[in-house]
Formats: sequence, C-alpha cells, structure tokens
Amino acid sequence: MARHAAEPAALPRARERGRRRAWIVAFRRYRAPYLFILPFFVLFAVFFLYPIGFSLSLSLHEWSGFGPARFVGLGNYRLLLRDELFWGSMLNATILFLIYVPAMTLLALVLASVLHSRYLRLQGLWRALIFLPNITSMVAAGYVFRLMLDTDSGLANRFLSFFGVSPIPWLDDIWWARISLGLLLVWAWLGWNTVIMLAGLQTIPPELLDAARVDGANAVQIFRRITVPLLRPQILFAVTLSIIGTYSLFTEPFVLTRGGPVQATTTPVYQVFTSTFEYAKVGYGAAMSYVYFAVIVVLTLFQFWALSRERPAGRGR
Amino acid sequence: MTAVRVRRSTLVKAASYLALAAISALMLFPFAWMLASSFKPFTEIFAGRSFLPEQPTLANYASLFQQSDALRKVWNSFYVAALYTALAVFLCAMGGYGFAKFRFPGRGVLFGFLLATMAVPFAVVMVPLFIMMRNWFHWIDTPWPLIVPWAANAFGIFFMRQYMLSIPDDMLDAARVDGASELRIFLRLVLPVSRPGLASLAILFFVLKWNDFLWPLAVLRSDEVQTVPVMLASLQGPPGRTAFDVLMAGSVVSVLPMLLLFLLLQRHLVVGLTAGAVRE
Repeated sequence: MARHAAEPAALPRARERGRRRAWIVAFRRYRAPYLFILPFFVLFAVFFLYPIGFSLSLSLHEWSGFGPARFVGLGNYRLLLRDELFWGSMLNATILFLIYVPAMTLLALVLASVLHSRYLRLQGLWRALIFLPNITSMVAAGYVFRLMLDTDSGLANRFLSFFGVSPIPWLDDIWWARISLGLLLVWAWLGWNTVIMLAGLQTIPPELLDAARVDGANAVQIFRRITVPLLRPQILFAVTLSIIGTYSLFTEPFVLTRGGPVQATTTPVYQVFTSTFEYAKVGYGAAMSYVYFAVIVVLTLFQFWALSRERPAGRGR
Repeated sequence: MTAVRVRRSTLVKAASYLALAAISALMLFPFAWMLASSFKPFTEIFAGRSFLPEQPTLANYASLFQQSDALRKVWNSFYVAALYTALAVFLCAMGGYGFAKFRFPGRGVLFGFLLATMAVPFAVVMVPLFIMMRNWFHWIDTPWPLIVPWAANAFGIFFMRQYMLSIPDDMLDAARVDGASELRIFLRLVLPVSRPGLASLAILFFVLKWNDFLWPLAVLRSDEVQTVPVMLASLQGPPGRTAFDVLMAGSVVSVLPMLLLFLLLQRHLVVGLTAGAVRE
C-alpha cells in the first residue's frame, strides 16, 4: 500500500535514471560498431564538410591567398555570371560529353554483348586488353596522344597520308581538338564501361535470350529489345559517372591540349585550377567550385528523371 | 538450310574475333608507340620512317634519371601510394566491418550518407582544402595531403562491406562467447578471412594513388617531393619544343609498373574498379 502511494513521486526520477542507464547500456552495446565507422566520419567532417562551409566564406571574399582578404559579398558570383571563360568551359564540357559519351556507351554495350557470347573464347584476355588503358597514368597517355596527333609529323597524319588524306589539324582546330580529346577519353574509359555492362549482362537469365532466339528474334532485335532495357541500371550508373567525370576533367585537357586552341577544351575544373593556382584568385575559385557543383547536381538529377521516366510500359511500378 | 545457318554463324564468329582483335590493337598501340619512341633520338621521333628505332639509344633514359632525378620521383610515388594503401585498406576494412556485421541505431541513415558522399567530386573542396593544408596544417610539400583526407573513404568502406557481408555471424559469436574482445575479433578473425577482398582493394588504391595528378600538382611544389606524374608535367619544356624524347622515357617509367601489376593481378583490379555497378 505504502509502496503504491509513493510511486507517482518516484516515477519521474526512476524513469530518468532508467533512461540514462539505457543510454549508457546502448553506448556500451554499440560502442564497437560506432568506433569502427568513426574514422570515416571524422575525416569526412574535417576534410570535406568543413571545407565546403569554409569555401562559402572564401567565395564571399577577394583574396590572393596571402595577407588580408577583402569582403566583397556576392561580388565574385556577380562576376562569375558574366565570365565567358567559365561558361565557355561549361559549354566545352557539354559538347565534349555529347561527342564521346553516346558513342562510347553504345560501343561498350555492343562489345559487352560480343564478350558475353557463349561461343567466345579467351573472354578474360579480351577484357583485360580493352581494360588496360584505364590503369594508365593520364599524363603519360596524354603525351603519347599529343605525339601521335601532331599535325605536321604525327603518326596519325602520316598514316592517313598513305590514303591521300590531307593533314588533319588534330590539336590545332577547335572542333578537331575536342574530337581528339574525345578519342583519348574513349580509349581510356571504353574498357571500364564495357566491364560494367558485362557485369550487368551476367545477371540476365540466359533462358530469356534463348526464348527470344527460339521466337525468331535476330541479334539486333535481342540487343535493342532485351539487352538494352534490362541493362538500364548499369547504363544509368555509367552515364552518371560520365557526366560527373566530363565536367570534372582536368588531366586530359591539361596535358593533351592545354585547354586550347583558344580555350576550346577547358573544363570547369580546369578553370577552377587556373584561377586559383595561376592567377591566385582564391575567392573567385571557391565561388566557381560552388557553381560547378550546383550544375553537376542539377544535371545528375535531370538525367535520373529523364532515364527513369521512359521506362517501358508494363515494367514500371 | 542448316548449311546456311552454320556458315552464317561462322561468319558472325569471325567478325566478332576480328572486331575484338582490331579494338585490342588500337588499345595497345599507344603503349607500343610510347615504348618504341622512348628509344629514339628526338629527331627520329618526328622524322623517322620505321616503327622500331633505327638508332636505338638509352640517352632519353639517361637524361631522365640523371638530370630529372627520376629515381627519387619513382620512390616518392611508391612511398605515397604504399603508405596510403596500407592505412586506407585498414581503415576501410574497419568501416566495412562496422556496417556489415553490426546492427546499431542510425546504421541505415549513416550508410546512405556514406554512399551519397561518393557523388561529390573532389574539385568542390580543392580550393578550401588547399588553403587549409597550407595555412593551418603546413602540409605543402609533404605526402600527408595526399594520404590523410582519403584514409577512410566511402568507396573502400562500401567495397569491404559488400565483401564482409558473407562472413558467417556464428563464427563471430563463437569468438565472443570465448571472451575475445571486439578489436581482437576484428584483427585476428575478420581481417584474415577477408584477405582476398583486402588484396583487391589494396591493388586498386595503389594504382589510383600512383596515377593521381591534379591534387599532387597543387600541393607538391618543390622539385624533390614530386611524384612521377607531376615530374612528367614539369618535363615538357617550353611551348613549341616539347621534350617528347625524355617524356616518352618518363611515360614508360610511369606506366610500366602498373602494367606489370595489372598483368599479374588483373582479375583483382577489374573487380575493384568496377565494383558497385551491380547491386544485389
């Protein structure tokens, strides 16, 4: 009876104590996993989250990197809106993307289908040979391509001259330079894309393809009606990385074309690099990184929306 | 009718092999040209008429190792890549184990956050990170800016988690019943059984770090701390007379170790570089 009467007063304290004990028990119980995953979150906070915030403050200042910084509010962003070099680099990346990504993705799909064929021997060897450029330093690869694509004495033009083709200004003309850059990128990334598609193909049940074949579908029909629709997740993954990768290119244009001719092959990251490290405009470079990131996020979301919208009828949820 | 079908399928086969051979040749050609050119004198690189060097010379390599101190740069690259690989593989294994084999409050949210961070390109933080490295950490011209920020990274943790999901819980519980501490279980049990996964990740990290260019170019300012790709970029000389002779020798030095690594361990590498494409 007495115990019963005392309970209402003691309850909040007991509950409080109980809650604290539960928290301690929970911490004890989950201490191991939290400690195991801690390094990532600490490093991410210090070297990525904090800099992103710090960058906001940098982008509101005019600063050479040394001495006092001058607060300019949105001045950097206002300048950036009218910066033809920066928006030109966005356009360059967009053009470059359109030049090489559709061709490369299609080629990767076809190659993966060929590699996936049941009769094919030495699949591992072919895959390795096509993949090889991907582990090469892009600085080294860029120089070799520059050597081979030299207008006057490069190997490509010397080879083409046997067929009576007059010298092509591979690196000296705006459009040819973009195409050359695209060639280097296809060389470097075709194997990676092919292996992604191949991994996707291996998840398609072979009975599906057999059934289609029995029904009289030819290779092109199977490719268009079965392979491509079923590989949608892999295509989405590969194209998303191609978008991010193309706008973030640096090494390839830096080595192969040095951004030229007349700035036709600069990319947003190239511009961030030159304004920060060559012209020492740190605040401006920070503002540029923000806008570049915003553009990438918008493009990626748009691409997800576009590709998920045109899901074939009956397959959607 | 069967004859027609047989002939047609032979034709398709032949075409497939032909296409694969042609593409492989195109992929390999730049390596061959790089190697051949590295043994040619400067004038022959441009005016030569044969694929193989007419007057083979080691002068390009001699100049690379004597004037540019390439051996030191190879060592710098190796040092950065090896140190990074050792540290990152260990920390990523820890993170992967935490996410794969424990249930804890917030796990789903934290793992989703980790995956989302993979979509943030490095260039977004390059400028502020450079200022931090220079003004606060004083890490310019040291290997640390190349190593520490990525020592526990989202991709590696994701990769190791996928691998460690298949470790049987019974094995871990048995060790717990025997009174082993969580750290001891991780070091003595989890790491040894994950060896193949760790190897794949290690090779992958090593190659990526060996070839890294943009960030090393920003933070490695003096000559003697440069890595091989940064050395190559500084070798090119004045516009108009690019030193392609020495550059080709340098490119071979940069590419060859990765090529050998790839030929020995290509299955590991391809698996690592393309992980994440197929989600079960």
